[in-house]
Order: sequence, then structure tokens, then C-alpha cells
Amino acid sequence: MSNKPEAKKQLRLGVFSQGVNSSTVWKTPEAGSQTDFESFRRLIQTAERGIFSAFFLGEGLRLREHLGQIHDLDVAGRPDAQTLLSALAAITRKIGLVATQNTTYNDPADLAHRLASLDLLSGGRAAWNIVTTDNAWTGANFRRGGYLEHADRYTHAEACVSTAKRIWDSWGTEDISGNGEATDWFAAAHPQSVKHTGKHYNINYTSRLPRSNQKRPVLFQAGDSAEGRDFAARQADVIFSAHGALDAAKVFRADITARTLRAGRPANAVKIMPGSEFILAATESEATEKQRWVREQQIGPQQALAYLEQFWGQSLAGIDPEGPLPEFDPAISESDVTRGSGFQGAKTLELARSWRAQAVEQGQNILEFVRTKSGRGGGSFVGSYSGIADKLEQYAESGAVDGFNITPWLVPSGLDDIVNHLVPELQERGIYPTHYAGDTLRENLGLEDPQDAEPVDAGTGANNTRFEVAV
Amino acid sequence: MTATPFNGAILILEVDGAGAHPAAWRLTGQAPGAALDIQQTAIAVLAAESAGFHAVSIDDSRRTQEHGTAARLDAVQRAAYVGPLTHSIGLIPVADSIFSEPFHLATQLAALDGVSGGRAGWLASATGTTAEAVAVGREAVPVNELSAESADVLEVSRRLWDSWEDGAVIKDGATGRYLDRSKVHYADFVGGRFSIKGSAISPRPIQGQLPVLAPEGLALDAEATLFGAANPDALLAVAQTHGRPGISIAELEFILDHAGERAEDRLAILDSWQPWDSNAARFAGTAGEFSTYLVELLKVVDGVRLHPAEASKDTGEFTARVLPALRSAGVLKPIRTGNTLRETLGLPVAPNRFTAPQAQTNTRATTELEFSA
Repeated sequence: MSNKPEAKKQLRLGVFSQGVNSSTVWKTPEAGSQTDFESFRRLIQTAERGIFSAFFLGEGLRLREHLGQIHDLDVAGRPDAQTLLSALAAITRKIGLVATQNTTYNDPADLAHRLASLDLLSGGRAAWNIVTTDNAWTGANFRRGGYLEHADRYTHAEACVSTAKRIWDSWGTEDISGNGEATDWFAAAHPQSVKHTGKHYNINYTSRLPRSNQKRPVLFQAGDSAEGRDFAARQADVIFSAHGALDAAKVFRADITARTLRAGRPANAVKIMPGSEFILAATESEATEKQRWVREQQIGPQQALAYLEQFWGQSLAGIDPEGPLPEFDPAISESDVTRGSGFQGAKTLELARSWRAQAVEQGQNILEFVRTKSGRGGGSFVGSYSGIADKLEQYAESGAVDGFNITPWLVPSGLDDIVNHLVPELQERGIYPTHYAGDTLRENLGLEDPQDAEPVDAGTGANNTRFEVAV
Repeated sequence: MTATPFNGAILILEVDGAGAHPAAWRLTGQAPGAALDIQQTAIAVLAAESAGFHAVSIDDSRRTQEHGTAARLDAVQRAAYVGPLTHSIGLIPVADSIFSEPFHLATQLAALDGVSGGRAGWLASATGTTAEAVAVGREAVPVNELSAESADVLEVSRRLWDSWEDGAVIKDGATGRYLDRSKVHYADFVGGRFSIKGSAISPRPIQGQLPVLAPEGLALDAEATLFGAANPDALLAVAQTHGRPGISIAELEFILDHAGERAEDRLAILDSWQPWDSNAARFAGTAGEFSTYLVELLKVVDGVRLHPAEASKDTGEFTARVLPALRSAGVLKPIRTGNTLRETLGLPVAPNRFTAPQAQTNTRATTELEFSA
């Protein structure tokens, strides 16, 4: 790096171990277990060898269903994120550990405590990917059930995150006495309790853990609605975005910068890492051939029909997957939540009509058409190692993104060619770190220390939330 | 569950913090904040594994400690951290069954089993106080309802752990099916305070069912019951006369002579900082006296959970002078590297409650193959 111009912006990489999706290839012999610890060990150690900033675990709190039955055509099964990350902390040294955790189906104080624990245990490498799933279908697994209106989810999430920040910031290791002769384990005053009074619950909690050496866990957020973006601009450190194409990424960056400034934070306070997919080979033509194979592996005839079924809302058992899209209209007007929040709420009639037209225009049958829907659109990078490195250099120069969050399509070896071949190309171009900048995730993402949470928060109006700190 | 025939007892070492005595942190020679250093836990558990303890328990509580070390990392996370670092020792975190979300708790414990190669247990605790309740925004649970509430949480955990049968992941390319959905079941649990639909979001744990340890007062249908008495003689007497089903484990605090200091004098110094209030039996004496006592006790119980007054000194004395005597006396169960905690405890392979009897035979065969691989 020393022989490269200093001004070059560094990209960072994260790995998103999603655990449940249709993009993970499982029919090939190289596909290992989705849930065994050894698979996670292999993935994270490869990522750390490649100086990845973060290792992400996805979470969904109900096993996916399809047409009213357990969905059986895709990989499934996710060990508890924070427990797994605690174990992975023992066998890694620098890489960040990101747990997707839900604001609706966790008690804020309990969640804040476990995240603080993971942060201390990992030496300041923990992060929370904030998700706000709120449907009653998921709520059926929890004490409170489906108690939250969809419209209230961000108001509620904001109260949860604000409360967590106040819990994390309530005391630090400087509050512990310096030696065994002290009158008390605490140096002076005991920590104050944090109170929250809101529409859904009241909390009075005294934190049992001090701040970590990165102050508090890094916050990731992925919501893409206007509300979600504003929430991220106010609360998050990193956005796991859906805008991977360069032009879209530039537009998204401008939008987030404006929102961040409006929220009273510095323009660059929020890092942006689009979700992405890499299909790489030594040459462009090999990569194209590999992509064709990956899509075939991802989407077989059963997966293709099931993809349409979730929007048609009915079984398409008699339909030929190598024939045209169904002539008849969907039985439902909106897709439901049971295949994951990414697929919910689609306007199915419009979708069906436009897809039929697209497929006819492209001369595609169902299988071919659905395969074009697989992958991550602008976040799909298919090409030679050097070609993709050149492309990523444009991203670095544009400043549109701070890096990429990669979903491997193969477990556990899906990062190997990225780390072995792409990372060295990026390093040669001076746009990727050659070593970890520090020990904490905050340092390795280039984030500033967070401002202390306001001990008294004016609250967020809509659900009449208010905060106070016990005296 | 039936009582196992005697073939040696097990030793569980409690490793939370600087020791069981509330003033133990003062005498470690380390900064008081060292309790938060996960390396201390890792070293303690590795030392316990090397010494030949069958399992460690890791204490936890939702309450803020008023005396002594006021901060501790989450016990399930501490156990998970040492999972990949250890190979034979059982890892038994204390986890609250009253104010946890049962779905999260069961998922966390299943994950702990995964990261430890099937060496996880769960020591269920239940207090239900107002202070713990308001921390999570709920109502206190009266003492006389703790047992029923814990039983509900235990039952739903067991259903969730069984909800994916062994072999539910089939990866059948021809039919495009990753899962055999006929082998994935809903928990469909409706209890007094909560209901849970299921299924679990992760496969059946390596052990199928994690061994659960519960205090006698909770009266749970757990694999193991922890019982106590006011003092060591009473503990021995209770142990000799008990008729408990399943595995019975005695709770015992201890402090030993160390480096020329008598146990009683060490205790007096610790107590001068802070009295050691507890209801558990407490042994104070020489390593030789403790060995003699334990040889008798271990003949009439299935195991002992040991609470050292000062972790480094008392566990060190125990390892150096008591464990060899217990081994010579032949009162300890053998330990094998790679054993699951169920195997270490002498428990049979856990049947799956959702599996028909005939299918269960196949499940067992599969499980045994996996163990031997």
C-alpha cells in the first residue's frame, strides 16, 4: 500500500452468512453443512485471512413456509446468532461479529445486555444489524405475539435502539474500583438505572455491564423505505443497502448524506455497504459459464414454480416449468410474509402482467425467466478477478459505497476465490486494506467514536414515548 | 427416567467470577474488572478440563449483584466462547427460565450444543422478582408459580429441540427438496403465560435433548436435580436417604488450607470484608479431610457441584490434592474426549417425541454413526 497514492478510498468487505435463501447452492457435492460449526469456522477464518471487516449472520424468527407448509426447497436452519458469534470470537482476532436481531421480538434490556456481553467478550468487535419484522405470523413464537402495527414498527424500533444506547452508555470500566482494597467493587457511585415508558412496555433497568473498548456495538440497518432510511440516518453506523449498481449507489449515497445531515450528524457518519454476489473466474468467459451453472443450481424446476407460486398464491403443480408463465391471474392481490420479509406485500396482479410480457419479449420459459430473477441485480459481480477489480476501482473512486457485503452462494468454500484472487488484485490497486487498522470493529470500519446517548430523550411523539433517567 | 446404576460420580466445577465468596475478587491480585475478561473464563475452563472435572457450570443472574463483582458476561455466551477451545468437558450455563423469551432461550442453548460438539447443558434458574420483571417490562411471578412457569419453558424447549427430526435435511436433488417437511414439526405449545407455534429455526441439537439441571425446589422433570443441605454432614445424610429419580447432584461450597494458611483463617479474612451469606453446605478444612468426606459423599450421589470460595486457590488445591485421592478411590466416572455431555452423564440417547417408535430405531442408528465418525 505504501507505494500507492494515499488519497485512494479504501473499500471494505463483509460476508453475509444469510442461512436461509434461494441463492445458496446445495445440490453440488462441494456444498457443506449450513449449520455445523465447522462450516462457520471455515467461512469466518477465510474472511479474516482476507481482512474482511465483518462477518454477518442473518436471522428470521420463524421457519419459512410456502402455501401453508414448511418451505422445503431452499437451505434452512440458522443457529442463534449471538451464541454462534460468541464461539467464533474465540477463534478469530480482528473480524467484526454482526448479529441480526429483531427490535419487535426482543426485550430491549435483555437484548442490550446480550449485545454488550458479546461486545466485551469479543474485545469490541460486536455489531447489531437492526431488523424490525413485526408480523403476527412471526409473533406466534413469542410471548407478546403479533402486538405491533406495521406502521409503528420504526417508532418502536427507535425506542428500542435509543433505550439500548442509553443502557450501553450508562457506565464504563472507569467506574470499577482500581484495586481490592476499595470499599466497593464500584469506584464511586453505582450505575444509574435506565427507564423507558412507552406504549408497549415500561422498563426500569440497571445495566450489569460497562462499555466496551469500542464504546458500544456498531449498528447496521438495512430498511430501504423512506422511514427506514431516516431511521438509519438518525441511528445507524452502517447501511447494508440494496443498491449495488454504480449509478444507483451514487443516488443512494446522495440521499443518505442529505438525510444524515438533516438528522444533525456529519455527512459521512453512515457507511454504506450494498449486499452483493461475486461469481469469479480467471477469465470473463469462464465466469459467464460459471454464472450459468450457479443459476441452474440455484433454480431448478421446483424452485422456479415455487418462486411464481408465492406471488400467484396457489399451487402451480400442473404447469410446465419449461413452458410459458401462467396465463391466469394470481389468486391473491398481495404476497404474504411467510417466505421472508423481502418478498412480502408485492402487488401480484401488476407483477404477473409485467412478467408475462417480459418473458414473451425475451422468449423465456418459466425456468429461464426465474433464473434471471436470481442474483442481486446491480450487486452481482460476474467476471474475471482483474476485470471485477477494475470495476470495483470505479466504485472506490466514485465514493458511492464504503464496501460490499457479500453473500456467498456456496458454503463453506464460497469466499475462497474472493480472498485468494480478488483481494490481492484490490490490494495491488491500493483500494483495499493490507492489514486490520485496529482491534475494534469501529476502528476497522473507519467509524468515529459515537456520541453519548442523551440521558433524557424527548421521545418520538407518534406513540407518546418518553424517557427519563432515575435520579 | 430411572436411576442409573452406580458407576462413578461426576464433578461439576462452578467457574463464575473470582470465586463463590463475595469478597473473592479482592484477593486475586488482579484488577477488579478482570472478571469481565473472557480469557479468565477460558483459562479456568481449560484448567478444569485438564484437571479432569466432568463439567463446569457458569453462574448468571438477571439481578444486579449488590455485593462483590457487580458485572458478568452472559453465561450462555461465555460457555459458547469456550466451546471451540475445549474437547471433553461439559458446559452448563445458568439461564433464567422466567423472564427469558422461551423461543430465544431454546435457540441459544441449541446453538451452544452445536459450537461445543454436543457438550452443552442448561442449569435452569427461576426467581421471578419485581426487579427482574421491570427490567424486561413484565410482571413479577409469585414464588408459588415459578415451578409451573419453568416447567412450561422446559417443555417448549424440549418440543423445539425435537421439532426437526434427525435427518430432516435430505438435500434431494431429484425432487428439489432440501428439507423433508414431514420430519419438521410444529411445537404447538400453549402454556399458562405464553404460547409458541414453532418449529425451531435451527436443526435438532447434536445431543437431541440437552441435559437440564434444575434445583430441587423447582420440581422439574429435568435430567438432573440439584439439592443442598445446611452443612456437609446434613448433605451426606440427605444424600444417603434420598429417593430422587434421575441424576442427583449435591451443591457444596468449599475452602481449603492453602500455602500454610488454614481454611478457617482464610475464611475469616474473606468474611471480614463481606459475610458469605448462602444456604449451601460449606466444607472448610484440609485437602485430606475433604477427600475423605467426598469419597463417602460420591458413593451416594451421582455428582457434586463444587463452589470454590476463591477460584484460583481453592480449585488449585482441589486439583492438586483432592482429585488424585478421588481417582485412587475409584469414585469418579471416566471421561472420554469427544463425549457428549449426555454420554458423560451416562444418559441414554434421547428419543424424539415426534418420531414414531419404528422410526426412532433408525434415528438412533444414525446418531451413533455420527458419533463414531
